[in-house]
Amino acid sequence: MRPLISLVAGALFGGGLFVSGMTDTRKVQGWLDVFGDWDPTLAFVMGGAILPMFVAWRFTKGRKPLAADSFPSLPRPELDHRLITGSVLFGMGWGLAGLCPGPALASITYGGIGGLVFLAAMITGMAFAPRVGSQLDRLAATA
Amino acid sequence: METDWIWGLVGGLLIGTGGAVYLLGNGRIMGASGILGGLVDGSGWPSWVERLVFILGVVIAPLVLWPLYSVEIDTHLTQDIWVVVIAGLLVGVGTRIANGCTSGHGVCGISRFSLRGIVATVFYILAGGLTLAIFRHVLGVI
Repeated sequence: MRPLISLVAGALFGGGLFVSGMTDTRKVQGWLDVFGDWDPTLAFVMGGAILPMFVAWRFTKGRKPLAADSFPSLPRPELDHRLITGSVLFGMGWGLAGLCPGPALASITYGGIGGLVFLAAMITGMAFAPRVGSQLDRLAATA
Repeated sequence: METDWIWGLVGGLLIGTGGAVYLLGNGRIMGASGILGGLVDGSGWPSWVERLVFILGVVIAPLVLWPLYSVEIDTHLTQDIWVVVIAGLLVGVGTRIANGCTSGHGVCGISRFSLRGIVATVFYILAGGLTLAIFRHVLGVI
C-alpha cells in the first residue's frame, strides 16, 4: 500500500512540476530576477500547491493516515543556525542554476547532460551535508 | 506566454495534491530533498522502497504527459558546466542542512503556517534573488 501511495504522490508531484513549467530554469530564474523581465508563474505554482496542502493539514486533525500509525511529529517552531545557513546556501545554488531538488529529478529524461551533472553534484552535496553540518555546529558553538 | 500562469496554477494544484496524498496516505511530509537525501546519506534506508518508488513517479510522469504537449521541452539550463556543478553542490548541501527545500519547507511548511518553513522560504528566496542579481546584472556571467 505505502509504495503505491508513494508512486501516485510522486507522479502528481512530477506531473505538476512538468505542467507548471518549473523544470524550465528560465521561468524559475525569471521569477527570482526582479531586476530583469519578471515572470510571475512561480507564485501561481506556489499558491496552487499550498491550497490542497492547507486542506490536507486540516484533515489530519483527530485522524490517522491511511497507511501509517501516525502523522509525522512536527519540529518545534524554533529557528536555528542550520535552518538559516542551509537555506541561504540552497538559495544561492537555486539562483545560479534555476533548479531545486524536485525539478532536478523530474527533468532527468529531458534535461540533457547538464541536468545529469547538476543531479550528480546535488547528490554529492547531500552526501557531504552531514559533515558540513557538524562543522557549522562547531562554528556556531564557538561564535 | 499569456497562459503560463494558468498552467502554473494547474501544476501547482497537482503538486499540492501529491503532497496531500503523501501526507494523508503515508503520514509523511513530501519533500524532494528529504526523500532523495535520506537515500544518499543512509538515514532513510529503512524506507528505501517507498522513497525510490516516489522518485520513479516523479521521473515517469513528465514522460507520460509529454505527448500532450506540442511545445518544445527544454530546461534551458546554463551551458557553463562550472556554474552547474557549483549550483548543484550548494543545493545538495544547503537543502540537507536546512532539512528541506521548496517542496518541504515551501509547500508543506507554509500551508500549515510553520515558522521554520516560512523563515526558510524567505531566506532561500532572498539568497536566490540576490545571487542571481549579482551574477547576472553585476558580473554578467549567467
